[in-house]
Amino acid sequence: MLWYITQSKVYRMHRYIFRRLLLLIPVMLGVSFLVFTIMFFTPGDPAKILLGERAPEAEVQALRTQMGLDDPFFVQYGRFIFNALRGDLGRSLTTRRPAALELFARFPATMQLAAMGVLVAVLIGIPIGIVSATRQYSVFDGASMVLALIGVSMPNFWQGIMMVLLFSIVLRWFPSSGYGTFAHLIMPSLTIGTSSAATITRMTRSSMLEVVRQDYIRTARAKGLSERVVITRHALKNALIPIVTVIGLQFGYLLGGAVLTETIFSWPGVGRLMVDAIRQRDYPVVQGGVLMLALTFSVVNLLVDVLYAYIDPRIKAQYK
Amino acid sequence: MNDVLLDIRDLRVTYTTEEGLVVAVDDLNLQLRRGETLGLVGETGAGKTTTALSIMQLVPSPPGRIETGEIFFDGEDLRRKRLEDIRNVRGNRISMIFQDPMTSLNPVLTVGFQIEEAIMLHQRLSQRQAGRKARDMLKLVGIPEGRAGDYPHEFSGGMRQRVGIAMALSCNPELLIADEPTTALDVTIQAQVLELMRRLRSEFGTSMLLITHDLGVVAEACDSVAIMYAGAAVETADTERLFTNPRHPYTRGLFGSIPSLDEDVPRLSPIKGIMPDPTELPTGCRFHPRCPAATGICAERTPVMVAVEEGHEVDCMIYEGLVPEARIGEKED
Repeated sequence: MLWYITQSKVYRMHRYIFRRLLLLIPVMLGVSFLVFTIMFFTPGDPAKILLGERAPEAEVQALRTQMGLDDPFFVQYGRFIFNALRGDLGRSLTTRRPAALELFARFPATMQLAAMGVLVAVLIGIPIGIVSATRQYSVFDGASMVLALIGVSMPNFWQGIMMVLLFSIVLRWFPSSGYGTFAHLIMPSLTIGTSSAATITRMTRSSMLEVVRQDYIRTARAKGLSERVVITRHALKNALIPIVTVIGLQFGYLLGGAVLTETIFSWPGVGRLMVDAIRQRDYPVVQGGVLMLALTFSVVNLLVDVLYAYIDPRIKAQYK
Repeated sequence: MNDVLLDIRDLRVTYTTEEGLVVAVDDLNLQLRRGETLGLVGETGAGKTTTALSIMQLVPSPPGRIETGEIFFDGEDLRRKRLEDIRNVRGNRISMIFQDPMTSLNPVLTVGFQIEEAIMLHQRLSQRQAGRKARDMLKLVGIPEGRAGDYPHEFSGGMRQRVGIAMALSCNPELLIADEPTTALDVTIQAQVLELMRRLRSEFGTSMLLITHDLGVVAEACDSVAIMYAGAAVETADTERLFTNPRHPYTRGLFGSIPSLDEDVPRLSPIKGIMPDPTELPTGCRFHPRCPAATGICAERTPVMVAVEEGHEVDCMIYEGLVPEARIGEKED
């Protein structure tokens, strides 16, 4: 009985997910060490920033001692980790509120933007990629590949500004900045999703082209299935693995890329918070923000890997 | 009812490649009678698979193109049918078993579903009935029905080929095209699969076009044989006649390449040379550069199919009386 349970596919899957979650610990330790080290060696004294440039030297020194800034590097790092494990990322140097609270307040907006960006990218990229692949070298295929090339090449910030010019100032369709309604969400998510859409289009096309040459597609046609069923049922599911990989990576890229887009559209997300924090040497917020984005990206990657198993039974068999 | 189920006339299929136009099938004529198994024999590149795909109207296009010819199936020219009508024939009245069982099943769908799918498409059955039938078909080919929910990678090559056979026979087709069904399998498994195909074929009364390069398989399974060389049939006869009395120099060459248990020959005599480059087929008789009997005329004139006896046709000028037969079979040193 026990043997049966340990051999069952569901059990193996859970065990795999558990192991992957354990692996997050070294990953997060690595990320925290990197970001702590960088902030530690960045010029600028937090005590001085807190008290202002003109504060007396004695007061600054007293605060340094109080904050533990005179302790050796590893003592400080250990304290940071120990506090972070309890959910305490320190207090923001500018607002004096806990950094974790500041970040959590901004996190939903960033997730919303990244998720909408990915959604836009998937909804545009996958259908165009499929049609391009089924009509290779057609006018449609050529046009969409040119557009995809433009899409990946166009810088985010430039596209954002151009969209504001066209849709907010000339056409007055959407608000140029701000947060709250669906109308506010459209331009930022299009801006952030364009290059991902282009990448996903190209990946879908090449993956589909690879798959439709396979013998089992010929088998499906030989059964008398219509081309639509052959493509959607037999080809797409096989083509999906590399596409899902790219989508997962794009999501991470969007989390990071959100920094620029959030700045252009005054989007109240983690990215903009971090830009401000870096400018003001608000190191608890920067450290916490990097940790948060890294953790989100790792979890998304794990989800992608779990998704593989549902797409391809051969991969599921390998998860032990 | 017509006695001839499949009648291929003057079929010509080409592929456009970077090296030039490849004539894969050239003026092929073939007939398959109802209930019979016809072996289509030839080397790799002789155009056997292209012939099969032409019948299914599945020649990949581009680069392939059926240029001329007619493919009559049950009296109707498949080339003139509309796409929807062809789909209705595929998998239903004509189905196909492919060469490589490792790659011809979809890796992300269960084998049960892949069989069920064809049944659902062509027969008015509910999903439950189709599922039932799919499991019955699996049982019929010797796979426990409980494995219907497994994926192709969980089966061995021989079992996958059985799944392929179950899939092909699930709609009880009139014609089964088997494209080298045993080539990719171990010798011991080959025999099992051949035996299974023979048993099911007689059970279902299916006619079969068996494509192979293995004359042993032909002797086992076929009623008649067509020998193909460089895109065309060079000799057709019933199996016994062809095996006892091969006429075309190429056919004789094929038999000369098989070791025999009864005769004590110091060396096999393989056919000299290699298959011609399909972008530059020789003029006249395509086999003349490799033919031990070839004379000057063979490079100039294209031979015509001649009936040497009832039901035995040969595409060689020896039998048109234009080339002396004497040199055939002589050893060249």
